[in-house]
Amino acid sequence: MIPLSGDIPDSKGAICGKIDSNSIVRGTSTLKRGFAHMLKNGVVMDVTNVEQAQIAEEAGAVSVMVLDKLPSDVRKAGGVARTASIRIIEEIMDNVTIPVMAKCRIGHMYEANVLDETNVDMIDESEVLTPADEYHHIWKWDFTTPFVNGARSLGEALRRVEEGAAMIRTKGEPGTGNVAEAIYHIKKVNEELRTIKSMYDSDDKQELVKMAREFKVSYDLVEETAKIGRLPVVNFAAGGIATPADAAYLMSLGCDGIFVGSGIFKAEDAQERARAVVLATTFWEEPDKVKEAQKMIDERQSLLGLDVKNLDLKMQERGSTV
Amino acid sequence: MSKIQIGILAVQGDVTENFLATMASMSELGIDGTVVQVKTIEQISELDGLIIPGGESTVIGQMSLVNGGLKKIKEKIESGMPVFGICAGMIFLSKNSKDKIVGKVEQPLLDVLDVKIERNSFGRQKDSFEAKISMENVGISSFNGVFIRAPSVSEIGSDVEILAKFNEKIVAVKQGNILATAFHPELTRDISLHKSFVKLVDNLN
Repeated sequence: MIPLSGDIPDSKGAICGKIDSNSIVRGTSTLKRGFAHMLKNGVVMDVTNVEQAQIAEEAGAVSVMVLDKLPSDVRKAGGVARTASIRIIEEIMDNVTIPVMAKCRIGHMYEANVLDETNVDMIDESEVLTPADEYHHIWKWDFTTPFVNGARSLGEALRRVEEGAAMIRTKGEPGTGNVAEAIYHIKKVNEELRTIKSMYDSDDKQELVKMAREFKVSYDLVEETAKIGRLPVVNFAAGGIATPADAAYLMSLGCDGIFVGSGIFKAEDAQERARAVVLATTFWEEPDKVKEAQKMIDERQSLLGLDVKNLDLKMQERGSTV
Repeated sequence: MSKIQIGILAVQGDVTENFLATMASMSELGIDGTVVQVKTIEQISELDGLIIPGGESTVIGQMSLVNGGLKKIKEKIESGMPVFGICAGMIFLSKNSKDKIVGKVEQPLLDVLDVKIERNSFGRQKDSFEAKISMENVGISSFNGVFIRAPSVSEIGSDVEILAKFNEKIVAVKQGNILATAFHPELTRDISLHKSFVKLVDNLN
């Protein structure tokens, strides 16, 4: 069975190397999931260069995510979106003290290998990039570096956890500046969690087995999740977040933290907005502080945004069914 | 005896994990007290003890500066309130910190623990590790140390007692009522360190 509670070393292929003595282990579930725990209540910001990464760090970002293009530009550019230039990732790693993440294509094991060798702190197997394998995600237990994956339902989240994801982000629709999809998906995941929790509480094993079949994951994982009533890994919200109020609302829905993609660096007031989103995420329980944060930004400078209904490309659908 | 109140600084990081470990410690020790997640000056003022959890020290520092929490915490520690800093919390308590690669970084610090910190001292996430740590001074002979992008203490002042070393690097210290570790006891099932902190707080009340 896959270790769920965090403090059992991996049994499924994760590397537990010996370095100086027999007593040191690396790449355990505790370390990979624990890394995500350290990001909680924080904001991870998408960046494309050192300057943006430094702005993000100064604003109070908990980590930066390096991309070649911000999601809204990926959408505009079309073509194939791949992992960012290694040279830029390394340059950013040398210039900020906070953790650095980078994206690889869904199922592209060698892009992931390259990022693992680069020593990024977390790899995002992301639907923002063009999927490299429509049928398989990466088998993430084999890596020492932790992975984060997107999901828009509980079943999808648990499939990714079963493949070894150390963190989940509920998907929105990236690059739109429209938070609606992110809200919809986190509410959906919460509702599904409540459903399986009540099955567990009423000891209805038959229904839980049915859910496991529907989710296409092992029964053990469903049972463990139902028991704790939340995802077994840290869960952030992502996709379409553009303002402090967006971030605060998602925190109030029970997310552990926030990913902001195009919302900050495609706005014209990036520096102020980065700070404002962090403030709203930290103090989401205090309406006056969220208002203060919201006051720091100018709506006329927000990313214009897109109506999700009229999109030709729905990134959220990538890799969802497998 | 009055009921003790221990706060977990809930600005950023793994607050819940410390909350649960502290609750478990109190109940195991049979100590009557409450554990609260704190953020505001008012909440901090009420405390008999504080735990600063793991997270990103730059974020915890900056956000504590915003609402005056930093000043209040410093005041409380200087007037004797016990505090336990974990990883980012250890950095935040220190007088001086610099990153192993990036070097000196401007970040708000509490400046109460007389040590110099090297951030990301063991490397990046891929180098994060688990290893057995011994802390004989506090009666813990073997503890599973979970080091995640962990810092270490590079220099100590005369009042600072070393509790644990790993590979010649200092990873746990004590200075009066200040306890600090570079590793994460809240990510293990072993609550012995949280218990010794709860006892420290309880003895002062």
